[in-house]
This record gives sequence, structure tokens and C-alpha cells, in this order.
Amino acid sequence: MSKADLDKLVAQFPGAVVSSHSNFGDDTAVVTADQLKDVMRYLRDTAGFDFLVNVTAVDYFGREPRFEVVYHLRSMATGNRLRIKVGLHEEEGGPSAEVATVSDLWPTANWQEREAYDMFGIKFTGHPDLRRILMYEEFIGHPLRKDYPKEQRQPLIRRDYSLG
Amino acid sequence: MSTTTQSKTGSKKLALGMPTPEEITAGGIPGISARPKLPPDLMAKLNNEELEEVEDIELPTEPMTINMGPSHPATHGTVRIILTIDGETVRDSDVQVGYLHRCFEKEAEAATYTQVFPYTDRLNYVSPLLNNVGFALAVEKLLGIVDRLPERASYIRVIVGEISRITDHLTCLGASAMEVGGFTPFLWMIKVREWLWELLEELTGARLTHSYVRIGGVAQDLPEHFIEKLRAVLEKSVEVLGECESLLVKNRIFRDRMDGVGTISAEDAIAWGWTGPCLRSTGVPYDVRKDHPYLVYDRFEFDVPVGSVGDNYDRVAVRLEEIRQSMRILDQACKQIPAGPVLLDEPRICMPPKNAVYNTIESMIGHFKLIVDGIKVPPGEVYSYTEGGNGELGFYIVSDGSGRPYRCHVRAPSFIHTQALSKLILGAGIADIIPTFGLINMIGGECDR
Amino acid sequence: MAESYTTRLDDALNWARKYSLFTYPFVTACCGMEYMATAASKYDIARFGAEFPRFSPRQADLLFVVGTITERQAPVLHRIWMQMAEPKYVVAFGVCASTGGFYQNYNTVPGCDQVIPVDVYIPGCPPRPEQVLDGLILLQKKIAEATTWVQRRDRKELELAAQSTDGRKRLPVVA
Repeated sequence: MSKADLDKLVAQFPGAVVSSHSNFGDDTAVVTADQLKDVMRYLRDTAGFDFLVNVTAVDYFGREPRFEVVYHLRSMATGNRLRIKVGLHEEEGGPSAEVATVSDLWPTANWQEREAYDMFGIKFTGHPDLRRILMYEEFIGHPLRKDYPKEQRQPLIRRDYSLG
Repeated sequence: MSTTTQSKTGSKKLALGMPTPEEITAGGIPGISARPKLPPDLMAKLNNEELEEVEDIELPTEPMTINMGPSHPATHGTVRIILTIDGETVRDSDVQVGYLHRCFEKEAEAATYTQVFPYTDRLNYVSPLLNNVGFALAVEKLLGIVDRLPERASYIRVIVGEISRITDHLTCLGASAMEVGGFTPFLWMIKVREWLWELLEELTGARLTHSYVRIGGVAQDLPEHFIEKLRAVLEKSVEVLGECESLLVKNRIFRDRMDGVGTISAEDAIAWGWTGPCLRSTGVPYDVRKDHPYLVYDRFEFDVPVGSVGDNYDRVAVRLEEIRQSMRILDQACKQIPAGPVLLDEPRICMPPKNAVYNTIESMIGHFKLIVDGIKVPPGEVYSYTEGGNGELGFYIVSDGSGRPYRCHVRAPSFIHTQALSKLILGAGIADIIPTFGLINMIGGECDR
Repeated sequence: MAESYTTRLDDALNWARKYSLFTYPFVTACCGMEYMATAASKYDIARFGAEFPRFSPRQADLLFVVGTITERQAPVLHRIWMQMAEPKYVVAFGVCASTGGFYQNYNTVPGCDQVIPVDVYIPGCPPRPEQVLDGLILLQKKIAEATTWVQRRDRKELELAAQSTDGRKRLPVVA
């Protein structure tokens, strides 16, 4: 499918692409966090991947790098698809994982990056409006992290109406 | 009298669509024959040049912040919009979603692959079967059995999926019509939806949340005479649909609320990540069923309707036409559907038949293993995408080789469409928010997951 | 004498109330689809005197909590209940509103009775329209018998007032 695009990308950014594979028919390139913006700009403007399908993150708890931010791209002209991944470190108690935002390249990334921030605590530097989106402001922690217990609620309101 | 008070301004219309003075005096306004004549001194006032400034007079207003939602009567779905308005015009808005965040992704990580199906039902709860199919295809891609699916199962998935798509569009259009005051189309469309739900109930046992698709096929075969019943329902539905269409597209009030409202260009729509009927309304013919055919969609003839302007009316028209195209697909699928099994014969993936579970030890053990451990899916990650009711419905699944997904992300079209709402309503009136929001078709379960 | 008169009046009032329920559908999720079906022509909730959804809580006396209540939504729900005029009744429509259903996680409230008092629980995910109508009839029965939460609370207040030693007696509140 877009194996040729993947090869081109590797040739263009030999230092940025850490690894690449085409498992299950999904062409994937893992790039370094500092060069992500350049890679994305190249893919959008030169390689024709003008449609950002989605942005999400994965928490590989206990593995280094702990987080991965995943971008799926599609070319509206050819229909080719490509997956770009960035590995992000975060140390216990240290500053949160950071990566540059792509919301200036694609406005659709705005809310999706906010969601990744909300759910995983990944900071997108340069994001115009980085705040929680699905959870409420008072919520502490990032619920989709593997170390957040599934049933740990943080109620805003509880009332007892028993009439005795 | 009429000759002496000829207007100096000619036939210039005054503000607010008021008739000109000579129209009043002549009584010749179309539709109004016997108009009482005004006294001469008032006529003189009306002809005064100063009055022309009326056009430019605006009431002085300060920007005001008002809150819309999260439980607003005229929006279907819970969303909160904080509006900065200047008079009636929206100057700025902050759309807040997340009031129905039911943690699909966290729940999916705790459930086996088969147990995730009920959760997918409740993503886009207007077309549950399309979500079922989307999730099943993603897991099947990981398992590498997409090409081995029984043909009859693929056809059944197409049939139930297209029925779901019809109900999705009917609900969207009916609710949107109701929100702008047209209650009749809503009742008629719900009537058609009931017919289709009754069919699906006969097939799956549930009216709305079906959980009918399984990994490797579907839960059970079509009941007797299902195809004939479906044909009869479709025949009836086409008639009702025609009636609804004439109520909507020829309705002056409806058109005034829809035409030219919420316009977006094709470039913007692509930049905002739009897919599905919303993207097609701007003229981009991107349909996953056509561009990346899955299941057996490459065997059907159907058109991808596109709009031209990308306004609300185009979104209505595209959905109406898509219902017809879905009926075309259904018609062809009913003709082509072959006989055969509906579930893959693969004991490590699919449940053995109940009869065998009770009578043979191998099936019993297989059943037990599948229930307790779940289907063992090879480690890896896939992104699989199908055409959902609202657009490209993608599932990004990471597997660690166990029976439960390590990570299951949904690319929810509603979430991505709702993001552009701020842009669509900028500069529009408050009343325009409702139809624009309705036709983006934000479904809470899918948007907030 | 006076007391029996009040009871008879209450009976008449309750009879009237049970057939003129003005609903406020607090629709959040999937159950809304079945709410639509219940309100539309085939199942026609109008036959039971609960025809007209009032989309303002101040004009409604029956709150249908239709769908999952999340932690973020809960304060909104409570506020809407507070805004309703008395006497008011609450129906939890569907299993999510009743107990949280199969969503047991960090953001779903395990039943809207954690936030507001509920009179009738309708199970089902989503409940069939027939079940909803059954729930409505059950509520009407409860209103006639004066066993809904608001009615019980009023009685309790009366009892407490009667027991009070300062001699003051609070009058029953008739909304």
C-alpha cells in the first residue's frame, strides 16, 4: 500500500526514524520526539498525507519509553495510510511527558491532543488551549494510565435522601 | 392625495422589509389588496430623508456571555456551549463535551474481546450494529482471519449494517426536523425506524442494543422469511421517505433554517478531520465503503452522494440520498446472499454450538476456555476503519497477546465533527446553532465515549 | 374532622396529579432513543396522561432520568431537580440511571439515587417502551397511594411538627 511512502520517509529523515514496520498491513514509523514536527510538516506538505485521521496515546506501563503518541494519516488523493508513533519518557514524580503539538498543522488535532492530555497527562507544547476535555477540572490524575484504578471515583456531589 | 405625496426615494425599501410609502399609498403590495391609507402628515414623515438612517441603526449592545446546555431542550445530546453573543450574533463560543464520558476505553481494557461488543453498541447508539461490525473487523484484522470470514456472515453484516445506517440517518433527520419545529416528519421517520427495529429484534433479540456480531461471524443465522419481510418493509419505507422528503425539502421554513447556514468549505472540512455525510456535504466523495472496500461492499453498485456548498441543507440532502443508496445495497445483498455457515469454524476463536457444548467434552473445554480467558489475540497493534453512521469509525487496538485488549481507542467521528462546531456557528444567530448542531449529528455516547 | 377532610382533599388532588404528569426528560444517552419511541405515535405515552414533555424543569413535575449519569453530569442533574416545582417525582429510566448498569468505573455515578431521590426504577438496557409505560403506571399508583418520596417527606414533616413541644404546628404544603 504505502510501503513506498514509508521508504521515502526513512530516506528523507534517516536520523529521525527510529524504526519502521508494516505489521498487519499498517505501515508504521517510530520517530524521535524532537523531529516529529518536521516529519509531520514534510508528510503534510510534500508527501501528500493531508488528512490527520486521529491522534491518541498508549501507556506501556513498566516499559521504556512509557508513553507512545500515535498519529494516523491518510492521503486524500491516493488513499494511502501511514502511522507515526513517538515514544515519550516520564519518570515517577518528574515532569510530565512532552511532545510538540501538531494542532497548528491540522486543527483537528486540537481536541484529540486535549483528550490525550486529559487521559494520559501528556503535555503538548505549543498547544493553544491545553485543558481537560472529557473529565472535569476538579479531577485529579489521568484515568487511562495503567496505574489509575478503574473504579476510583472522585465524586463532585453525593446526597442522602433516606427518610429514616 | 397619492400624486402629491410621491416618494423622493423611489422604490427603495425601508429597513425590516417594510413596504415603501408609495406601495402603502397605492395599496399595491402583492398579497395585500385593501390596505388602509395612512394620514398625510404621517406619509410626509415616512418620506423624510432622515428615516433612511433606520437601516444603519443598531441597538447598542455589549457582548454578553450566556450558557447553553448541558441539558438544553433543543439539542439532542449533552453538550455545553458557552456563547459570547452580541445581540443575536455569536461572536465566540466554547464547546464543552464530556458529559457522557462512560470510559469505554478503560472498560474495554478490563473486558475480554467478546465482552467489548455490548460496550460498542452504546458508542453510537443510533446505529449499534455498525459499531459491532467495526470492532469485529479490527479484532479479525489482528487475528488475520478477515479473508477467511464465511461469505454469508459478511452479507449478513452488510445487511444489518445498512439497516442500522438507515435508522441512524432517519433519527438524525427526524430529530433535526423536530428541533426546528417540524413534528410530523419526526413521527413518520420514527414510524419507519420502528419497522426496521422490529426486523432487527426478530433477528437479534433486542430493539436497540443488539450485540449481534461475533468475532469470526455473527451470532445466528437469519430467521425464516427475513429477506421477504425486509423487502416488504423497504417498499413501505420508500413511500414514507418520499413523503418526509417532500415535507422537508419543499418547506419554506425548513429551507430558510437550513440553506446557507453552517457552511464549511471542503479544505476546511478536511483540515478539521471531517468524514462521512458531513464531509460529503462539502463535495468530497470520500466513503470508506467505496475507497477502502471491506466485507463484500465491492460487489454492490451504489453511488456516493455529495453536496455542493457544505451547508446544513446539503447535510440533509446527503443523508436523505444515502438512505436510498443503503436501500439499493440492501436490495442487491438480498439477491446475492449465499447459503452457508455464519460463523467461522475455528475452535480457538469462535464458540462451539450450544448443542455440542452440552454433549462433547472438547466443545465444553473450548467453551470454558473462551469464556474464562477470552480469545487469544496475537500481540501487535492495528487500526481498522469502517464507514459508521457519522463517518470513518476507526478502532485502534493494541494487543499484548492476552484475552483482553491492552488498549482500545475509538476514532469517534462525532467527537471530531463537534470540534468544528465553534467555527460553524461563528457569526451566526443563536437560532442557527440548533440545526447546525443537529445535523453534525453529535451522538453523546460516541463523542464522549 | 378536619384531618379526615384533608385526607379526602389529598386523595382528590393525588387523583388529579397522577393523570396530568408533565415530564421533563433529562436525556443523556442511549435510553433517549427508546424515550423517543415511547413518545412517538406507536407507543404513545399520551394515553397515560404524560403526553407533553416540558423542556423546562420549572414547568414539570416528573423528572425522567434517561441514561447514564456521569460524575460531571451529577451536579447538573441535582440542580435541575432542585429547580422543579413541588410535588415532584423522579423515574430512573434504564439500568444506567438506576444502578450504573455495566458501567462501573471512575466516571459513572452508580445510580442517580446517589444524587436525587428516585420513586420508580425501570430496568432494561434500554427498557422497552412497554416497560416504560408500566413504570409510569406504577408511578401513578404510587402517587394515588401517596407513597412517593415527596409525599412521604411531607408526612414525616407533619409528624415531626405534631411531636414538637413548642405547640406550633406546621401546615401541610400543597404545591
